[in-house]
Amino acid sequence: MKKIIGMAAAGAMLLALAGCASGADSSTGAGDAPAPEDLIVGFSQVGAESGWRAANTKDIQAAFEDAGIELKFSDAQQKQENQIKAIRSYIQQGVDVIAFSPVVESGWDTVLKEAKDADIPVVLTDRSVDSADTSLYVSFLGSDFVEEGKKAGNWATEEFADADAVKIIQLEGTTGSAPAIDRAEGFADVIGSDPKFEIVASQTGDFTRSGGKQVTEALLKSNPDVDLIYAHNDDMGLGAIEAIEAAGLKPGVDIKILTIDAVKDGMQALADGKINFIVECSPLLGKQLVDIVNKVVAGEEVETRIVTEETTFTQEEAIAALPDRQY
Amino acid sequence: MSIRTIDPTTARPKFVPSRRRFDLGSRYTPVLVTLVLLIAMWGVGATRYRGFLSVQMLLNLLIDNSFLLVLVVGMTFVILTGGIDLSVGSVVALSTMIAASLLRAGWPPLAVIVIVLVVGSTLGMLVGLVIHFFEIQPFIATLAAMFLARGLCYVISLNSISITNPFFVDMAQTRIPLGPGLMITPSVIIAVIVVGIAFFVLHYTRTGRTVYGIGNGGQSAMLMGLPVARTRVLVYVISGFCSALGGVLFTFYTLSGYSLTAVGMELDAIAAVVIGGTLLTGGSGFILGSVLGVLVLGIIQTIISFEGTLSSWWTKIVIGALLLVFIVLQRLLTTLRR
Repeated sequence: MKKIIGMAAAGAMLLALAGCASGADSSTGAGDAPAPEDLIVGFSQVGAESGWRAANTKDIQAAFEDAGIELKFSDAQQKQENQIKAIRSYIQQGVDVIAFSPVVESGWDTVLKEAKDADIPVVLTDRSVDSADTSLYVSFLGSDFVEEGKKAGNWATEEFADADAVKIIQLEGTTGSAPAIDRAEGFADVIGSDPKFEIVASQTGDFTRSGGKQVTEALLKSNPDVDLIYAHNDDMGLGAIEAIEAAGLKPGVDIKILTIDAVKDGMQALADGKINFIVECSPLLGKQLVDIVNKVVAGEEVETRIVTEETTFTQEEAIAALPDRQY
Repeated sequence: MSIRTIDPTTARPKFVPSRRRFDLGSRYTPVLVTLVLLIAMWGVGATRYRGFLSVQMLLNLLIDNSFLLVLVVGMTFVILTGGIDLSVGSVVALSTMIAASLLRAGWPPLAVIVIVLVVGSTLGMLVGLVIHFFEIQPFIATLAAMFLARGLCYVISLNSISITNPFFVDMAQTRIPLGPGLMITPSVIIAVIVVGIAFFVLHYTRTGRTVYGIGNGGQSAMLMGLPVARTRVLVYVISGFCSALGGVLFTFYTLSGYSLTAVGMELDAIAAVVIGGTLLTGGSGFILGSVLGVLVLGIIQTIISFEGTLSSWWTKIVIGALLLVFIVLQRLLTTLRR
């Protein structure tokens, strides 16, 4: 019985495949550059850990659909081995371009070399890799995380200009990930010059709301007199708000909160006065990625580093921007 | 009431021929089911996707899962005795961290590998001794080892460490050609050798028989004069060794050490062993079944990434469903056998 079903299924799929193939023949263009409908792009996403990531995924999928380019999408569930496997399977499928947001910075040389040997250009999005050989990828499209950390630091120096001593709790992103390292670095660069700023505790909340809540709960017990919480993303900041409220304090007033990302939930909390300042890190990379893919396939030069355009939000700006916010 | 009693002389002859035609109760059945499943999935993939119907695709399965193959070898030994090892994933992560940090400090690569293997085996031995002498549930003892190993990773370094040592880079990037357009990595060869040794030990040595004996109830094995105590500790040493070796292969795979790698990999290994037809209660199963289990897990992932539009979380859904089916199947088969 199983055999029959299996054979029937295989047969049906063969028919479907034959249908697809004949359909594709008629639409093949005659030009030098392949038509968008013939392109296949493989994209390996980090995971679905935060609202930012979800918006990023949605935007990329929508952008490729609009452009009529077939997108093979896979979610690595925060695991490097899954991403390596996905990239290897894209190579095996012979996709035209591979794009991915690496889970961690290190350990990509082998599989990127395989892609290079197979003549498949690789575009990094959102996060970079630490490969010494920069010829392994054609471009890195994403935010400048160090700059984001600096913007956060600048706000802190202005906000606490009159204070004598500022105690800061830092909620770090996923240990070892580029945004966690760079946002901490940029922030430390700015506030480090002023001895009144003291980071009393710095722990990872893994970019998740529950992580941010747990870490804040624990750290508030050991540091009840903290002035500022600096979270590497909105979700952890939102978790921190829950923990502060549970401790009977007012977030945004008793303890100031500074985050990065500007996703909708974060902007809402900013508008509600529970967060004090958000540095934007735009997840809307889809259109730019499609542009890069088209250029790469057409053989045009692309910049090796493309920074996304970003701004910052105060509470008033958040109230104004919130109605038009897409994510 | 007398209606209910079955007369054995009339009931038996009807039953025996059907059993001979297709012996459902055979201990090979679960493995065969897995094999059929693997071939069916490969067939479906081959008809659906461009580039799927190639030998290299199958070799990629081995390349991408070489570390998991080594892990399931250790896990099969442990599960055959009726135990479980939850520390596997953490020991892999610890191994990558030890290797990466020692290499960064300039240690010679072979010494690093030996140290990693010794650390893994020692941890396994400690766990085994605790389980045997304090009669602690393997679940709890290995859970402790899991937290211990994961915590130690962060003591070594919070950030991921890249490996630039030429020997490790060679091991990662060397491709052994097997014919036109076909290649494997050294890791695959290591994994195959480990599977081969395990196959030999389990089926042709006294130790192997003792492992099965313990799984079928330690009492009888003890009465047969088999070294139960030694073997019960030994399987955890084997699992620790395999985890460390898996960690070394994983280091070749990613060329870096990272504290957060291999989270939950022990569960993948357990899933592969169960799908491969080994009873979780011990005593029945084959190493080659576990290898098939790994390939099934690998092919599910491959199909989903070839499909490209499905959420990758379907991998977990399919594995979950498969596990459920196999556990029920095993229960039915065990009942049939009795």
